[in-house]
Amino acid sequence: MPKWFTPVAVMCGAMLAASPLVIASADYESTMGLVQKIFYYHMPSAWMFLIAAMVCGVASIRFLATGDPRHDRTALAAGELLVVFGLITLVTGPLWARKAWGTFWIWDARTTSSLVSWMIGCAYLILRRYGGPGSEKLAAALALFGMANVPFIYISVNYWRTIHPATTVVPKLPFTMGFPLWFCVTTFALLFVVLLKLRVRVEEQQAQVDALYLSLDER
Amino acid sequence: MTSAAPSLDFDRVTVDDVSRHFGRRRAVSRVSFAAARGAIIGLLGPNGAGKSTLLTMLATLLRPSSGTIRYGTLQAVNAPPALRARIGVLGHDLFLYPELTARENLKFFAALYGLRDADSAARAALERAGLADRGNDLVAGFSRGMRQRVALERALIHEPRLVLLDEPFTGLDEASTSALITRLRSLRDSGAAIVLATHDLDLAEGLLDEAVFLREGRMVQLLSRPEGLRSAYRNAMTRPSQS
Amino acid sequence: MMRVAWLILRKDLTVEVRSREIAYTTLFFAVSCVLVFAFALVREGRGPEDGAAGILWIAVMFAGNLALGRTFERERQSETLRALLLAPASRPAVYVGKLLGILVLLFGTELLLVPLVALLFQARLLAHPFWLIAIMTTGTVGFAAVGTLFAAMLVRARSRDVLLPVLLYPITVPVIIAGVRGTATLLQPELETGIIRFWFALLVTFDVVFVTLALWTFEAVMTD
Repeated sequence: MPKWFTPVAVMCGAMLAASPLVIASADYESTMGLVQKIFYYHMPSAWMFLIAAMVCGVASIRFLATGDPRHDRTALAAGELLVVFGLITLVTGPLWARKAWGTFWIWDARTTSSLVSWMIGCAYLILRRYGGPGSEKLAAALALFGMANVPFIYISVNYWRTIHPATTVVPKLPFTMGFPLWFCVTTFALLFVVLLKLRVRVEEQQAQVDALYLSLDER
Repeated sequence: MTSAAPSLDFDRVTVDDVSRHFGRRRAVSRVSFAAARGAIIGLLGPNGAGKSTLLTMLATLLRPSSGTIRYGTLQAVNAPPALRARIGVLGHDLFLYPELTARENLKFFAALYGLRDADSAARAALERAGLADRGNDLVAGFSRGMRQRVALERALIHEPRLVLLDEPFTGLDEASTSALITRLRSLRDSGAAIVLATHDLDLAEGLLDEAVFLREGRMVQLLSRPEGLRSAYRNAMTRPSQS
Repeated sequence: MMRVAWLILRKDLTVEVRSREIAYTTLFFAVSCVLVFAFALVREGRGPEDGAAGILWIAVMFAGNLALGRTFERERQSETLRALLLAPASRPAVYVGKLLGILVLLFGTELLLVPLVALLFQARLLAHPFWLIAIMTTGTVGFAAVGTLFAAMLVRARSRDVLLPVLLYPITVPVIIAGVRGTATLLQPELETGIIRFWFALLVTFDVVFVTLALWTFEAVMTD
């Protein structure tokens, strides 16, 4: 593990532990009250979901272009984080929405696009798990297609929704709660990096074990 | 009839310290040999020895995990698609469309390989296979031996420099087998390099110019002008593994 | 390149005409699909509003999924896909050839489905034939382009039958949305050309982007 890992992991853990306190001390939002505080986990998760998708996509392109297994390992780790952070986002969002606006789910552009992108991420993992040997390249192509698809999904869902009148109005989020938000964003960013590094490391070690098996037979 | 660039012609195919693994499973390990024009090389070994994997790599469909395969001076990884025009493959599954007639199969592949006159090439191939009268019958209705003959001609229709055969004697009767052996000999004499994977030692006897014995992906012995293949094979396979 | 693609297309059509297996099963499946929807959704002799567009596209996509699976399964059985890859033809040419074959099959299916759906659901699908053809063509091309690549990729994978829809449907969500909404617009009493133009433009862009991507990645994905 590189030198920076342990201090970063410790800091991340500390910040994660401290985050409920930080959130609790933030101002109460006037209309939604306590529930609004889900936002402090929801938004950073959403950002990490997006970043994971981009990392996975870029790593997949590099893997397809060069065939270097390091990129494949990064893509796999990012794909898993995509599904995890996406799940957090898709669960915290409706929980918040229910209290704030009365419904669990609205079919607007952002939420639906996120759902579809998340499903592509799930498909990616299913393919890697059940596709058998040689599915790394296929998965990379899927990730590439998924990434290319994002603008199309967004535009098509957006237009699909605007033709019909919106039943609820998504309020503009006040950014006056500056510090707690950035604290949580930083925490989640560190968490993302730590988890990514750990996961990639597991895959690297797996590859090393495989290489050992092979060289054992070589004698 | 073929239009391959002269630089893609080669005198020998060199397999240099080639290995291939799938995850943890080592299919081929550090195999080296050369297939020259006008020679028949046999890959001999039990099932799972890595013969098919080696043939697939020689056909450029699979890349070695380490080591290089060279066609003349051209390395396989740098090879343009046109190199495949110099290679003919007869796989275990014969690569024939059962819903097409023998003639249609041959014509399709002739055209696919860029032969200018696919029609006459197909006709000539049918003649050589001895199936000129069955040309318009669906391949689905052919016996294994007949399909083999069509498949062999299909593999050779573009006059390849390197011919790869994977277990070609499987399921053949006496007549078809001797016909195949005759065909291979004449191919060799006309200057092709032939690599043949088989576990049928009796048939390989007298046919091979060189024998590569494979066991668990490793090359245990390389024999030139092998005689008494059975005993040589037994020796090679029971030999303790070399370091 | 196109010469090879054309060769492969002709070969596929010849094979298909001989056995007609994929054509019949796909058509029959598509019709069954529509019937199932009819039983499920039609109440008192009237289908749901705008339902016809959705049903049409769902039937096309399900049938397309089946056709893709069967086409490549056939290639896998005689290892003929390998034979195609062994030929000196460029890989993208093989892709285009297979894609054209799938398109012919799907267009044929749609020729049957459109009047059937129009009849069963009393939908005036044929009111604006030019736009209908435009939307159906571009949508089908988008679906088939992605589908052919995935199906070819999956030939050597395990669980390939179930993996194809798992991979294909999320990626083709824009095609579903644009196809259905575009077709539904045609069913309105008054055609709003702005809307239909938008969906058409979206589909065309999708097709261009994804056919290009497929051509780029086909080689990388099919070699080991």
